[in-house]
Amino acid sequence: MADFLINTLGLPAWLAWSITAMVAAVLILNVIAGGALAFIWAERKIAGRIQDRLGPTRTGGKFGWLQSLADGIKLLAKEDLMPDGADGMLFRIAPYVSFCASFCAFIAFPFAFDFIGQRLNVGVFFVIAVLGLEVFGVILAGYASASKWSLFGAMREAAQVVSYEVPLGMCVVVPVMLAGSMDLVTIAEKQGGWFTSWFLFHDPFTFVVFWIYVTCAIASVNRAPFDLAEAESELVAGFHTEYSGLRWSYFFMAEYGSMFLVSALAAILFMGGWNGPVPVASILGLSEGTSDTANYFVRLLGMVNLLGKATLGVLAMMWIRWTLPRLRIDQVMATCLKYCTPLAAAMFLGAMLWQIALPGGLVPGLRRPAAEIREGWLPGPGGAARSVGEDAGAVVKVGA
Amino acid sequence: MMPYVATAFFAAPLPLAFINWHSFFFFLFAAVACGFAVAVVAADNVVRMAFYLVLSLGATAGLFFLAGAEFVGAMQLMIYVGGTLVLLVFGVMLTAQAPFVSIKGNGRDRVVAGVVGIVLLAVLLQAALSVTSWRQPAAGIVAEPAATPIGMALVGVRVDEPGVGAPARNVRPGYVLPFEIVSIHLLVVLVGAAYLARAKRRKTPRAIEVAASVEPPASVAEHAAIGRDRSRGASVLSGGR
Amino acid sequence: MLLGLSFAVPLFGLLTEPVSVAHYLVVGAILFVSGIVCMAIKRNALGVLMGIELVLNGANVNFVAFASPYLQGTGSRSLGLDGQVIAVFVILLAAAEAAVALAITLNFYNNHATVDVDRADDLKG
Repeated sequence: MADFLINTLGLPAWLAWSITAMVAAVLILNVIAGGALAFIWAERKIAGRIQDRLGPTRTGGKFGWLQSLADGIKLLAKEDLMPDGADGMLFRIAPYVSFCASFCAFIAFPFAFDFIGQRLNVGVFFVIAVLGLEVFGVILAGYASASKWSLFGAMREAAQVVSYEVPLGMCVVVPVMLAGSMDLVTIAEKQGGWFTSWFLFHDPFTFVVFWIYVTCAIASVNRAPFDLAEAESELVAGFHTEYSGLRWSYFFMAEYGSMFLVSALAAILFMGGWNGPVPVASILGLSEGTSDTANYFVRLLGMVNLLGKATLGVLAMMWIRWTLPRLRIDQVMATCLKYCTPLAAAMFLGAMLWQIALPGGLVPGLRRPAAEIREGWLPGPGGAARSVGEDAGAVVKVGA
Repeated sequence: MMPYVATAFFAAPLPLAFINWHSFFFFLFAAVACGFAVAVVAADNVVRMAFYLVLSLGATAGLFFLAGAEFVGAMQLMIYVGGTLVLLVFGVMLTAQAPFVSIKGNGRDRVVAGVVGIVLLAVLLQAALSVTSWRQPAAGIVAEPAATPIGMALVGVRVDEPGVGAPARNVRPGYVLPFEIVSIHLLVVLVGAAYLARAKRRKTPRAIEVAASVEPPASVAEHAAIGRDRSRGASVLSGGR
Repeated sequence: MLLGLSFAVPLFGLLTEPVSVAHYLVVGAILFVSGIVCMAIKRNALGVLMGIELVLNGANVNFVAFASPYLQGTGSRSLGLDGQVIAVFVILLAAAEAAVALAITLNFYNNHATVDVDRADDLKG
């Protein structure tokens, strides 16, 4: 887009890049905010149906679809409270820290082949790292509220998020290993074609890793059954007890943004990202490089595909929330340390051995084996890079 | 954007360097990092110090990204800010009872430390500004992404500078040995920290010891007397300080 | 004071030059000195620990600056991968040392009910 602005409109380079960056930021903000709006409505409807009632049915017609808007207006109009003994600066800044962490993770997140804020070589690493920074907002909120409910909730949540980062990281390393790169675009591109080339179906170990990832992701974003931090029945409201109005809504936008991000990450890592179950683009005869509009259309399709998968993931999270009972804090920790971590480690080992033993996959010819298409890093004769060889266990050769 | 950033050095002869986006972001991150580092020194409330440190180290990660070290930047965010500092904040929360949130140092220490700091800063700045080759940046460079070469180097294969000639061999050794040493080191630290921080059996509950050690106001003298009597034989704190 | 003033001119000169290693070294120096002063001044043990983190970060900024291919001219070679790997190891070791220091601090707090380092004088002759 910046090239378009520079070349067609003749804007100076710095202005063109500023406008591009601002457009990208506004788009991402809209994804989070609009998504939060839609998901809040969806949550109330799904909660209602699972609990055998209807959910909102009055605002905006029969399905209550303006309910989120009404909620937003109500939150804006609420009084801005701060407890007397609260640390003023920390109390005010905590929701923004949480929201910033959730928002910044979208910088490195691709929505289609070329629809990214910034294509980072360490994309996955960056996204997981920034997601883990959300815990600071929570701790600050809990401490600055000068209330023991808030502090307990905050400490529990911090312990939970930090503990679950370990199995989450291990689960994320498996698709990285299969794709050979931490770049999210590369990981998604390696899963092109039919759904059989998805990493989910690559080997049984990766399949199990996907479910462990789902568990750890739900724990990471503090959704039930891991939502002790906001346990309405135990801690009043946990770390955001003392927050009302717009400040509270920032925490909730951060939570829904993180939920969406984690589902979209699962879609990219395990379910092909913008490559659908069916390769629509090649069926329609459109491929990369035919023309600019064709490219754009293909990427738009891909983005809709990815958003659809992410939304399904979020809806599944809501479904799980309203079905399963809440875990106690010791059960949460036990799940992490005694079940998720060793299982993730064992599956990682299994996936690695599967790659060495069966580089071509179980049924030859069914999909492109990851080993063949891994990027090469070693310079061959004449300095050109070449692949690391057909067989993943080959001895690495250097130079000529 | 990185290739653009590199070529931007050639973009236009601008009177002020900060209109260039690379410089703008560098100065933004540098100001945040240095400003909040100084704020850590100046703050009295330990919770605010921890928060300023988080912001300072986050800005440092931004500086790493600008210098092209993406892997180190992401690692700083994940391990340093998201791990070490969370640990530090936990420690702050566990010990931030009201008397300890702001402990002021004495004046003489501050003056001596300030003088030493200024002298050290002068020496370092002198060294930083004196080498001319350090003040001329490169232009038009597109750096290779560094994540895979770092990983390969840690396993022993240096792909950034492979050997020349036939038969080719690695001229620069990899980092296998430091990698293994650090792995064992982390294991030792894990075991050691877990041992140091284990829950110990106490003869008298700590609350009574604390009550015995703190000077009570006159209105609660009876309760404190009971506490002191109970713990006199067992607590170090009830003796002279 | 005179020492400080003698650096004002080259420092402000840095504001107009394109970003190079010297800029990063200045940032690293400020972080390092803040850390040293923090370690010296603070009476709270956790404050001292924060000073240590600042010192290590100052050193890391220097390493990354020397390792960057963008910042040094074609005349001199950058450290390249070595600088980045050193920075990685520094981060790892800083995390390990912060964990142990925190364990020691919490132990001290459990025994003495304070984190004031001036109270750690049980062995004083």
